[in-house]
Amino acid sequence: MRTWGTVTMRLSDTQSLFAPNAPPMTSFSGILRRLHIDGPLLGGLLLVCALGLFVLYSAVGESNRLLMNQVVRIAVAIAAMLIVAQLPPDFLRRWTPWGYAAGLILLVLVLTQGDVGQGAQRWLDLGIRFQPSEAMKLGVPMMTAWYLHDRQIPPNVGQLFIIAVMIAVPTLLIARQPDLGTSLLIAASGVIVIVLAGMSFRLMLGLAVAAVPGALVLWNFMQDYQKQRVLTLLNPDSDPLGAGYNIIQSKIAIGSGGMFGKGWTNGSQAQLEFLPERDTDFIFAVLGEEFGLLGVLTLLTLYMFVVGRGLYIAVQARDTYSRLLAGSISLTFMVYVFVNTAMVTGIVPVVGIPLPLVSFGGTSMVTLMAGFGILMSIHSHRKLLPH
Amino acid sequence: MSALLSPIKDVHSERRLFLARVVLAIVISLLLMGSVVARLVQLQVLDHELFAEKSQGNRVRIEPVPPIRGLVFDRKGRVIAENLPAYQLELIPEQVEDIDDTLNRLAAINLIEFEDIQRFKDLSRSGPRFKPVTLKFRLTEEEIANFAIQRPRFPGVDFQPRLVRHYPDGELVAHAVGYVGALSTDDLQRLDPASYAGTSHTGKTGVEGSFESDLHGDAGYRHLIANARGRQVPGDSSELLDSLPVDQVPAPGANVYLSIDLDLQRIAAKALEGRRGALVALDPRNGEILALVSAPAFDPNLFAVGMSTSQYRELSENPDRPLFNRAVRGAYPPGSTIKPILALAALDTNATSLTRKTICHGYFQLPNDDHRYRDWKPEGHGAVDLHDAIAQSCDVYFYGISGELGIDNMHDYLDRFGLGTKTGVDVGGESSGLVPSREWKKNNFRDRDNQRWYHGETVIASIGQGYMLATPLQLAAAAGALATRGERYRPHMVAAVEDALTGERRIAQPERLVDVEISNDLYWENVIGAMHDVMQGPRGTARAVGFGAPYEMAGKSGTAQVVSIAQDEEYDDAELEERQRDHALFISFAPLDEPRIAVALIVENGESGSGVAAPIAKAIMDAYLGYGDDAS
Repeated sequence: MRTWGTVTMRLSDTQSLFAPNAPPMTSFSGILRRLHIDGPLLGGLLLVCALGLFVLYSAVGESNRLLMNQVVRIAVAIAAMLIVAQLPPDFLRRWTPWGYAAGLILLVLVLTQGDVGQGAQRWLDLGIRFQPSEAMKLGVPMMTAWYLHDRQIPPNVGQLFIIAVMIAVPTLLIARQPDLGTSLLIAASGVIVIVLAGMSFRLMLGLAVAAVPGALVLWNFMQDYQKQRVLTLLNPDSDPLGAGYNIIQSKIAIGSGGMFGKGWTNGSQAQLEFLPERDTDFIFAVLGEEFGLLGVLTLLTLYMFVVGRGLYIAVQARDTYSRLLAGSISLTFMVYVFVNTAMVTGIVPVVGIPLPLVSFGGTSMVTLMAGFGILMSIHSHRKLLPH
Repeated sequence: MSALLSPIKDVHSERRLFLARVVLAIVISLLLMGSVVARLVQLQVLDHELFAEKSQGNRVRIEPVPPIRGLVFDRKGRVIAENLPAYQLELIPEQVEDIDDTLNRLAAINLIEFEDIQRFKDLSRSGPRFKPVTLKFRLTEEEIANFAIQRPRFPGVDFQPRLVRHYPDGELVAHAVGYVGALSTDDLQRLDPASYAGTSHTGKTGVEGSFESDLHGDAGYRHLIANARGRQVPGDSSELLDSLPVDQVPAPGANVYLSIDLDLQRIAAKALEGRRGALVALDPRNGEILALVSAPAFDPNLFAVGMSTSQYRELSENPDRPLFNRAVRGAYPPGSTIKPILALAALDTNATSLTRKTICHGYFQLPNDDHRYRDWKPEGHGAVDLHDAIAQSCDVYFYGISGELGIDNMHDYLDRFGLGTKTGVDVGGESSGLVPSREWKKNNFRDRDNQRWYHGETVIASIGQGYMLATPLQLAAAAGALATRGERYRPHMVAAVEDALTGERRIAQPERLVDVEISNDLYWENVIGAMHDVMQGPRGTARAVGFGAPYEMAGKSGTAQVVSIAQDEEYDDAELEERQRDHALFISFAPLDEPRIAVALIVENGESGSGVAAPIAKAIMDAYLGYGDDAS
């Protein structure tokens, strides 16, 4: 049994701020390295946030107060990222099962005594209001990576079954809240880990075939409004008053933006408030209308740079846990970007996922940045010798 | 250290495998993002002109067209709920510069109440900004004239003709048909937003509530050309319309036919006027509810039109609780009305026989206990058998057999007659009543002493007192099951649902429930014969009511104590406050051999089941069987 004592010891061992071989504080890159910051990743993230703030300012009707709210959120999230970056991957790995177990308990608590917000139970009041499902966005990939860490990959069928349970339990608990969007993302983050761990293609194909009856079961589990979203996607014109309205309006906004856009704060769809949820889930349409194809391609390029850097960190990582975790965090971020942009442009159903780091709102921002903090930690704490 | 303990891993092959998978992930990511980029190119480059046109200048506005709500009829095709045109005051949030200021000025000219301003502000923020918020549902002629003059001062506020739900009989049907009320934010989360886009009201209680999905219908929509401020531009010849899907006609809601008979409803409401109570009449052969009245009632039109906060407060704080549906939610001690069921239970379990006689001195005592369980008749009934015990409602006889019958058998048979569980009637909010048992007591009391079941509790349960509770609807269903000698049907109010366009009808089929099986038909005949004697026998408690009737009927009175009377204290109803007087109950059915109607009712604080409640039940049966004063 590990004790508290050894954990603190290990943590202080690797606190390279005080370590004798720490890089000198004289150069900029030296400072970054001592603070466990990955320069390219930080740069990419800051550029995304900056472009996001521009668009947001326009989307919230040029309100300085709301803009400052978002700036504060970004600052808090970046602070969280920097703190997480200081925690060595070995430390994170050791605490992973405990964190995962605590997350599960909190999820059960939410279902039994959580606050109901907008018809769904997601919030838990523990002094501060808190969404345990957010913590699970990191908890699930960490747990699956932890499980595979000491094992030879690719995992065999028995191990895959255990991992499937690890993923399914929190996913179903969150789906019960009901929060289908988040539960699917969390399932995806776990599935990405096993795909990266080398799950055989034959098995994937088999599961894909088995997924057809599974999808039918899921369809029966879905709430009416969720079914409506899928049906609306297939034919948005069938429902121009309800869910279809959002897609029709966002397509008009993006399409009318053209190559170069109508100019900052000049989007008529957004400014005349034809576009619903323009500061949250549909903010991508504001970008498309005001900055045109050029603007959206710029943002997508920045996103792809962040994902690419994350995957580079994953490939460079020195142990299975770090590798799988870094890969999952990066690719889940990529799934976020894809699902939001694809839903706003009408390729996939409207599932209520915000545009990461750009949409107004703070809960998911902290989780995202903490995830990037883990990437930085993995990269900056890696030992130079393969172990 | 942990590396030494873990099994040897092939680190190089793991790295190669991982790298291969990352490359695969990159390829898939690029394909996915490529599809988004391709879509963006399609929207922003290829179809740019189409969308640019849609977004600028005059724009197409989609306006919902609400469906017409289905009508509700009684069993003879008379209208219970209809839709009447009225003007209502609406505000379109996106056309109003300053919502606070506008609402305050409207309140200042008395079109809305200051109390409601916050509610309208919340409403105007919750929906799409082009969607009108209704400020007042029915404007008077004067208000219309008054507002017409001031209209230029209120851009974005206008009056619109709309259909408003109307209940011609008002209070008479309030608790049976329920009412519609303005959509609340809770409703909006529950209901399909597309179907309710133009709808302002939804069914809240009764048939209006539980048959909402049939009555409502589906919204249609039409396309309007509006200028940049959202105002409709008349006769715009823009080609834009051609590129849009055609308008859709709303699908009207279905008409609902109730099994309720307005004539019976009227007789029951009149009989209960000025009292608190409830009556349910049903057809024991199929469970169709013929009348369902709870008194006092309220005018459901108030909810449909919308009432001010003060009007609502008056209704909800009235001590007589007019909003409370006593017929399905009111749980009362059933008193002696359950004696016929307990008699069957006692016969069927050999706790008594048809010939056993008890001498009734007016009270009963358990061995080794001084407590006297009183009969309602202080001097006693003398020698009685089971038949007499029902006809004269002798409590002592039932006290006497309660020990042999036992609470578990009582619970079992009452349960078979449907008491203690919801009937499953097709309107919501039903109470399940309560039939106590040993197990129930064990599970529902904290205190260990209270978790035990005492013999004395069995004694009072045998006359329907103590913990036992039943709703008038349950008692009517149980009376129906007595009438049919054990055949049971689920009570229901909706007889048919009719498609408003095709006239096609879906008839509700009677749902047969598990029969009550009694080992010997003789028991049924004896107990029903005793109930017949209650109303038409020489010594029956309600013989005055049944005397001289042209048909044979059966009944049982009941009196439920509201306050318990202490030992040695004389029962003196003059001293009791009106609200502490006993409740009067009655169950009955007719005709005796081919029953077509079963009735149960309660008159709160009515004191005498046979004196106050029985005549009302008889009047209903007279009318339904064609012997009433104003029978058609």
